[in-house]
Amino acid sequence: MGKLIVSLSPHAHGTDTVERNMYGVIIALLPALLVSFYFFGIGSAIVCATSVAACVLLEWAINKFMLKNERTTICDGSAVLTGLLLGFNLPSNLPIWIIIIGAIFAIGVGKMTFGGLGNNLFNPALVGRAALLVAFPAQMTTWPKEGQLGLNGYIDAETGATPLSIMKDAIKSGDPSVLDQLPDSLSLFLGNHPDGAGAMGEICALALLLGLAYMLWKKIITWHIPVSIIGTVFIFAGLLHLANPAYADPISVILTGGLMLGAIFMATDYVTSPMTANGQLIYGVAIGFLTVVIRNWGAYPEGMSFAILIMNAFTPLINNYVKPKRFGEVPAQN
Amino acid sequence: MNIRTFRIGGIHPEENKLSNDAVTQVAALPKQAIFPLSQHIGAPAKPVVAKGDKVKVGTLIAEAGGFVSAPIFSSVSGTVFKIDTAIDATGYRKPVIIINVEGDEWEESIDRSDKLEIVKAHPELTPEEIVNRIKAAGVVGMGGACFPTFIKLCPPPTAKAECVIINAVECEPYITADFRLMMEHADEILVGLELLMKGAKVTKGYIGIETNKMPAIELLTRKCAEAFSASEYSVEVVPLKQRYPQGGEKQLVDAVIRRQVPAPPAIPVNVGAIVQNVGTAYAVYEAVMKNKPLFERYTTVTGKRLQKPSNFLVRMGTPMKDLIDACGGMPEGDNKLLAGGPMMGKALTSVEVPICKGTNSVTIISGEEAVRKEPNPCIRCAKCVSACPMGLEPYLLAKLAAVKNWERAEQEDVVSCIECGSCQFTCPAHRPLLDNIRQAKTTVMGIIRARAAAAQKK
Repeated sequence: MGKLIVSLSPHAHGTDTVERNMYGVIIALLPALLVSFYFFGIGSAIVCATSVAACVLLEWAINKFMLKNERTTICDGSAVLTGLLLGFNLPSNLPIWIIIIGAIFAIGVGKMTFGGLGNNLFNPALVGRAALLVAFPAQMTTWPKEGQLGLNGYIDAETGATPLSIMKDAIKSGDPSVLDQLPDSLSLFLGNHPDGAGAMGEICALALLLGLAYMLWKKIITWHIPVSIIGTVFIFAGLLHLANPAYADPISVILTGGLMLGAIFMATDYVTSPMTANGQLIYGVAIGFLTVVIRNWGAYPEGMSFAILIMNAFTPLINNYVKPKRFGEVPAQN
Repeated sequence: MNIRTFRIGGIHPEENKLSNDAVTQVAALPKQAIFPLSQHIGAPAKPVVAKGDKVKVGTLIAEAGGFVSAPIFSSVSGTVFKIDTAIDATGYRKPVIIINVEGDEWEESIDRSDKLEIVKAHPELTPEEIVNRIKAAGVVGMGGACFPTFIKLCPPPTAKAECVIINAVECEPYITADFRLMMEHADEILVGLELLMKGAKVTKGYIGIETNKMPAIELLTRKCAEAFSASEYSVEVVPLKQRYPQGGEKQLVDAVIRRQVPAPPAIPVNVGAIVQNVGTAYAVYEAVMKNKPLFERYTTVTGKRLQKPSNFLVRMGTPMKDLIDACGGMPEGDNKLLAGGPMMGKALTSVEVPICKGTNSVTIISGEEAVRKEPNPCIRCAKCVSACPMGLEPYLLAKLAAVKNWERAEQEDVVSCIECGSCQFTCPAHRPLLDNIRQAKTTVMGIIRARAAAAQKK
């Protein structure tokens, strides 16, 4: 007879693992990735591949040479995920060296300085994007038009105005007719608006919603954060539109820019979002509110990533004050 | 069918009820029976026999050691071999009485007939008489907690009992002893429930059963209609959605009567409920109606690599090894031997540990499943928070325990933890959450007791 193994209960474990969750999110990102290949061709492939490779390599190198950890963490999928999300937030014609700087900020500053997976305060991909936006405002705000699939679309792309900048112009001029240049809602939903443009991963709401459905089905995330963000933006933008038609209609607002990508994939990052359902609702509502405020009255046309980063900073506070309902506090029912 | 369940948290472990259809066998008598003196919550029992004494099946061998305690009866006939120590389920050597088995001679006072005795035929059974007989027979909670049953029937004056809830949930994976008991002794269980209701002076009873035991739900619903249609008692079989830890007392009360027991020190009777395990109801029937003290029980012996997972009617004191051998022997290689199921069972250090009053199962986990995986860093996915049936934040409590911040752990209600293991089961990073939380809970409870003692001195 072999020996008897002794440990404390429980002696059973579910099938869930960190890898399952990380790769699950990556699978959920695939529809949006394919769509970006379809609209932006080689450029989007170069940006994504560079970003993923740089993130994974940096995490491995920092672990090995700076932290001198024996266990490598690159297999858990989190660095790949950060790389993909960073790539999704970039224009599809961004030079490779700028992408690498973005990866250094994302993995190096955003993640590893805090102690690696699970310890970072801010979403690493957004740290990378925010750093690039501040350091390279010109490159980070010119967006190639869709349909330039060849290598030329990467090196020397024709760029266009994003729907968001059209919205901002309408507000600045106070003239609702500026909004007529916006693509119709169906085109925005499908990402199919050749003159318009945007970051390569955020273009198609449909693909991102497919990802959301997959993650909800696989129980990777819960509905609270995406629904509260999108709902808040819809209501707030709707009220503004009713008060003054120079503000775009709420359907266009939720279908444009990084809103879907942010609400579904960036704000739901496990590490940097609150731990309780109520906390997640507060966080989501605040992100939605800040996004509309920055989009309409801030210096940048897009407010999603800054709204998320601001609320990342509030997450520890939310966790401290918002507690789940303890057993015994739920009232009796008949 | 109106299916109910509890309202916070919960998980769905793989059920693995391998021995569902294995009809209960009577286990062979052991050569030697071992009786730990501490088989219940409370003070250990005090031996009343000495080395060399002759005992019969049903002879008192140790009396209750205090108010919260229970007497112990011999399950075999033979000679007291010695009063010594032996390794029990805690892994430590504890005082035991060891009896060498000779024949199988029962005390004459025990009614060994199969005749079903009903409460109406025994007007001499007043509530006080019922409670006294339960107390004298050493009946304790048979679901594993082993709290003396008679105490639950006499609630403190501040609380008023309104109903008895029979816990037939059996939400632990693998275990099937309660299911088999229901299928084989439904009538006796219902008489036991009636005795419990009469003893607690209530007229409302519930039997909570999860829907993975449909045959039991159907059988008991039919039997209830027959037994209680023309009586002052009203008993309802409540089908429950399959979900762990529904068999936890507080979760069951919430599921069945939609009331939540407040934080400790409150107990279920504070919201009107007295919860008794289905095995306890059967033991109460035998104790009160058949004058048979508690010395045998239904136990499942199971495991994926075990040749023949089985259910046994087993005399207490039988070493687990005897039962495992009757199921085809210990599987090859390293195993984890559990008293109880995989979620809350205790890992044992010896196959010689005897079956006790609370041993509802002997579960053998083999191979890879027996070894814990390496923990990864917490990714703060909050799955433990959603899984916790007590509405706690396991990730936080585990972290507070790791940095020994007992004050904050107390503020975060660590003492409410029922140690069900749902958090650790769910954790994708395989973190040993419950190990840490248990340590915090024990420490904080010690601090609370010390504070109360100091306050009393003043």
